[in-house]
Amino acid sequence: MSAFSTVLARDLRLALRQSADSLTVVAFFAIATVLFPFGVGPETNVLARIAGGVLWVTALLAALLSLDRIFAVDFEDGTLDQLVLAGAPLPVVVVAKVCAHWLTTGVPLILVSPLLAVTLHLPAAGYGPLVLALLLGTPTVSLVGAVGAALVLGTRRGGVLLSLLVLPLYIPILIFGTAAVEAALTGLPSTPMLSVLAGFMVLALTFSPWATAAALRQAVE
Amino acid sequence: MVRPMGGNGDSFQIGGFSGTGLACRRGGRLVFTGLAFNLPPGGALVLRGANGSGKTTLLRLMAGLSGAAAGQLAWDKIPIDDPDAHAARLRFIGHLDAVKPALTVAENLEFWMSLWRGAGLNAGISQALDAFDMRPLAGFPARLLSAGQRHRLALARLMVAPAPLWLLDEPGNALDESSLAALARTIAAHRASGGAVVVASHGAAFVEDGATLNLGAFTPTDASHWSEE
Repeated sequence: MSAFSTVLARDLRLALRQSADSLTVVAFFAIATVLFPFGVGPETNVLARIAGGVLWVTALLAALLSLDRIFAVDFEDGTLDQLVLAGAPLPVVVVAKVCAHWLTTGVPLILVSPLLAVTLHLPAAGYGPLVLALLLGTPTVSLVGAVGAALVLGTRRGGVLLSLLVLPLYIPILIFGTAAVEAALTGLPSTPMLSVLAGFMVLALTFSPWATAAALRQAVE
Repeated sequence: MVRPMGGNGDSFQIGGFSGTGLACRRGGRLVFTGLAFNLPPGGALVLRGANGSGKTTLLRLMAGLSGAAAGQLAWDKIPIDDPDAHAARLRFIGHLDAVKPALTVAENLEFWMSLWRGAGLNAGISQALDAFDMRPLAGFPARLLSAGQRHRLALARLMVAPAPLWLLDEPGNALDESSLAALARTIAAHRASGGAVVVASHGAAFVEDGATLNLGAFTPTDASHWSEE
């Protein structure tokens, strides 16, 4: 447990010192979302219909921007060798780093999403499910992304490869995340979709740390 | 057997480190084969050999970072099969300094200290700062350090938590005269308390009466070491 808190504390402190990295992600989310009213036109009911999907897609792309940072910097400066040799179980270290990634990118995205929903004229009923769906879905985004980020370590243009590897895996999250918002707008309960998202999160939490740790051991070899 | 180290009651389980029949393959090429070594507690092993003879490869193999194509490593004559348990008794200093530029010198050391010792056991990093004369720089962000200072900071990690086995890859690189002397003193103190050390080096003036392992002797000579793998 102490390895978990030590690595989490260090990553949070680093993110705080280099807060530009997190701000870039949020800024990308905001700008990409705001492009839609310009592209689609100002018709309120069209925007309201696509709001949930647009917010989810842009949130996924924004998160993708930050994924390679989870391990790439540690890999390049030799810290990863030392973390593998820390004597603590590597999956624990992985979960700590993923937690830090979620707290510094996922949480800011969730916090600004209601504001951006306003620009897309999302009806009032959609706000709760949108935030809840993001809350349940973004940890999975970080967990699954970590596997990809560990796999592309050491490759040139890892970022592009990472998108190709990880984006298809995000489709289920996108489907159920958007469906949760849609359901609320049509007066149906969004609980089933949120439950599925929670299920994805548990599944990712169970398998991703081990897969990521295996990929990291491969990378340092 | 447990022996005290330093002034604050630190101790570690001393032991002998050995390997037999080690072979390593990198990118299809057999780097060395049939390599054996035996390192008693308090001993030192200096790895020598031309560039590419596998000094770094052997050190990473000893650390458990990479796997051997053949052979077995053993600690106190017991074969090593749990990489985490082995990792917990060694300190590895490689070519990369593993220094975070955004953290101060003291914060860098504190991170490794709480990772290796467990939070709450922070006895203070003054000993580590003093060993390589880093105290005046303690509050500086590490991004302002020179290459030599960054390397000294990496070496100072050896002092934040005791471990019986040190694996050092060219530890004298980028160091000035007085830092080389400090490195020699640190290694001597480590060995005096029963610790073992493996050093890959071209000029090992900082290790006294260590055994030398010339890796050139284990390079496969015939053409058959290129495999189709």
